[in-house]
Amino acid sequence: MKARVHVMLKNGVLDPQGEAVRHALGTLGFEGVEGVRQGKVIELDLTETDKAKAEASVAKMCEKLLANTVIESYSVEIA
Amino acid sequence: MRAAVIVFPGSNCDRDLVVALEQAGADVQMVWHKDKELPAGLDLVAVPGGFSFGDYLRCGAIAAQSPICRSVVNFAGKGGYVLGICNGFQILTETGLLPGALLRNADLHYICKYVPLTVQTANSAFTRGYTKGQNIDIPIAHHDGNYNVDPETLARLKGDDRIAFTYGDNPNGSTADIAGVLSENRRVLGMMPHPERAADSRLGGTDGTALFRALADSLVAA
Repeated sequence: MKARVHVMLKNGVLDPQGEAVRHALGTLGFEGVEGVRQGKVIELDLTETDKAKAEASVAKMCEKLLANTVIESYSVEIA
Repeated sequence: MRAAVIVFPGSNCDRDLVVALEQAGADVQMVWHKDKELPAGLDLVAVPGGFSFGDYLRCGAIAAQSPICRSVVNFAGKGGYVLGICNGFQILTETGLLPGALLRNADLHYICKYVPLTVQTANSAFTRGYTKGQNIDIPIAHHDGNYNVDPETLARLKGDDRIAFTYGDNPNGSTADIAGVLSENRRVLGMMPHPERAADSRLGGTDGTALFRALADSLVAA
């Protein structure tokens, strides 16, 4: 079973990297990009076969290590 | 004062920190990150700067989960003194010993230079060698020193006089110009600037020595 974790800076936390990317897109002539937020995708290969258990286990991993919940939010997809 | 300096793979200010503490009269041991227990009888644990574990995932995140960090958290929980400098500050926020988090510098550049700081409180074992409002010059060397804290926590830090140092000319976008903060019991200090790099007149400055001397004086008496 695979899990895909998306980690993003929380709304309201300034993302200077996203802002630099937005600026670069504008320089390249791509118009109409009002905002860019940059995050991380972390893919996990799990031995767990029960989807609910996998979700619960990955949520714990996010809370403890994969995300810093002071500044970041996360979402988990199980496939 | 008996002090330990924690060494992670990627620490690079550990030896400078040992020298600065020894100059202040401390008996210093270096402790490897895989050690599970701190030496007995310590007064201070110092977490040095560098790039522990290559800053993988987030600065300080992997180090914060290492076995020795559990002991550091326990040590702080029992009232022990802990100093985190630069990457050490990042590690202490990741362990939850200090509030907030350090983000990428607002201008995205790695900055390495002397910066003016203002001492915001002399009420701690770390800062009692300075006077409140004193201006000092201490170097910074970081890519992720942009201190971020939510408005409620910031109000608490201000109200409880827990902001130790602020930047004179904010180099990295830190909330409220914060360069260093204290824990609730005032025994844990995290700061991005490097006082151990300002502890020898032959190397540019000595404004950092008062911090180490104050610690040595305070913790001898304790």
